[in-house]
Amino acid sequence: MSDDNLLEIKNLKKSFPVNGSSFSKDVGSVKAVNDVSLSIAKGKVLGLVGESGCGKSTLGRCILRLIEPDSGEVYYEGRNILGLTGKEMKGKRREMQIIFQDPYASLNPRMTVGDAIGEGLVVHKVAKRKEKREKILELLSMVGLRPDSIDKYPHEFSGGQRQRMGIARALALYPKFIVADEPVSALDVSIQAQIINLLERLKNELGLTYLFISHDLRIVEHLCDRVAVMYLGEIVEIADTSDIYSNPLHPYTRALLSAIPVADPESKRERVILTGDLPSPMYPPTGCPFHPRCMDAMDRCKTEAPTLREEGGRRVSCHLY
Amino acid sequence: MTILPGSNILKSMERFSLSRIFFHRFVRNRLAVSGSVIVLALFVISMTAPILAPYDPSDIDVKQILMGPTRSHPLGTDQLGRDVLSRMIWGSRISLRVGFVAVGIATVIGILFGAVSGYYGGWIDGIMMRFVDVMLCFPAFFLILAVIAFLDPSIWNIMVVIGITGWMGIARLVRAEFLSLREREFVVSARALGASDARIIFRHILPNSMAPILVSATLGVAGAILTESALSFLGIGVQPPTPSWGNILTAGKDNIEIAWWLSLYPGLAILITVLGYNLLGEGIRDSLDPRLKI
Repeated sequence: MSDDNLLEIKNLKKSFPVNGSSFSKDVGSVKAVNDVSLSIAKGKVLGLVGESGCGKSTLGRCILRLIEPDSGEVYYEGRNILGLTGKEMKGKRREMQIIFQDPYASLNPRMTVGDAIGEGLVVHKVAKRKEKREKILELLSMVGLRPDSIDKYPHEFSGGQRQRMGIARALALYPKFIVADEPVSALDVSIQAQIINLLERLKNELGLTYLFISHDLRIVEHLCDRVAVMYLGEIVEIADTSDIYSNPLHPYTRALLSAIPVADPESKRERVILTGDLPSPMYPPTGCPFHPRCMDAMDRCKTEAPTLREEGGRRVSCHLY
Repeated sequence: MTILPGSNILKSMERFSLSRIFFHRFVRNRLAVSGSVIVLALFVISMTAPILAPYDPSDIDVKQILMGPTRSHPLGTDQLGRDVLSRMIWGSRISLRVGFVAVGIATVIGILFGAVSGYYGGWIDGIMMRFVDVMLCFPAFFLILAVIAFLDPSIWNIMVVIGITGWMGIARLVRAEFLSLREREFVVSARALGASDARIIFRHILPNSMAPILVSATLGVAGAILTESALSFLGIGVQPPTPSWGNILTAGKDNIEIAWWLSLYPGLAILITVLGYNLLGEGIRDSLDPRLKI
């Protein structure tokens, strides 16, 4: 692997068993993350886009070992963290953090804002009492919250303010890598911009690296250096943001991009409308997982699954190329 | 009307904490308030029993047996001439003690059992919950009868036995809470920060599952008081001469044709106490229900 990659994932797999009734065996399994490989360079932002239920969040959580992957490797700074013991992993957790989608569920309603933000400091025994309080106040101002928020409870704040608290909590231990799991999807559009700007500023100030999970393609275009498109647990295309947006290769990427609304009622665009629904991940289609909905499907697609191949400096998983 | 920052409306909104919302709902619920008045009154009575009781509860006066209510003995006397009012007042101590200690034991066992079961899940959960099912198969009252028959029928044994046969409901409740809370994002976030299992259980999940535990424990107190009265009534509970509502009732049963007051008053006391705890428990539950808005 190259040295400037902070994170490199190889052949990561995670499937969830589907239970039958309590007296029968498992009826099947859902392949939430199916053989995913990707890398994120230091200081860069990788956007991860895809439909609901395609395994984006599962992938993000597998990287942090919040969900234990079935197989594969996750190299963080050249070391496979899936092989670490609990104690070693606890040390690494200081460097890898997560921001959640729902600011109403991500803060403990029975803990003050200060206690929530300072939790990492306590868990890792970084700072105590006065020092800890000063650190928390510093974090509050870093994310643009008033210092008197420290002794209040989360329910006294709005969604946007709570999301700032979630960010402050993730930043408390000065991490290097943050998984942002749809951090703005639950917020109003006006607040979304504020949070995105905050994330961008923090990235520049603190030299952070993000995995930015989202289904809002405009935000991804604005924030991310590279974009990975996920479909049914697999990466179908991964390329630099400018390449993806100017020239999407995979039919699924094209369909996604054509769905971005344009603020011009006169504009006549070529819309790529997908037919059908996302297939059940329990019974994925044979061959290419996308072929039942693809407008360019060939006979080959029904039987042979394409692999992610290099195509002019980018990678795409499609028989067209 | 515009609301300016710093205005009184905004300030009063800011300070609307969860406990205030709870209190606000609770005091508007008349039944809940009457329940807490009953429970509070019982507390005061049992605490001040030595002052409040007009006679020593075990003072025998053979010249005045089975007397009806009079001015000197407002609730009459029993078959040994003891003052029923004084015995009732001292008996409230037993009820209260049994209620709280037995429920305390049941709650601690239930929380620990349910927390481990719900937090770790999987086969641990499977085995632990089957054990709960087995425990629930025993008819609780007869199990208590059988155990007490082997042990000394002292008040401490009764409390412990009621406690260790009554934790299953709370264990199931706690398990259910843990199952849903452990997937919540604030718990996942604590794990992402590297918090230990113990910290997650006691700092994050348990405080958020206290509401149903509290309700269940309050209702459990009523159940424990009833069980103790029943055991004492059957003569294997609190042993005479220590007064308990249950054994006063037994004495009353033997003389019910000539001295009805001996069974009426302890019966009423048990009824009102159990009612009080049930009203209080239901009041707490309704006030904590997040689906009901203020």
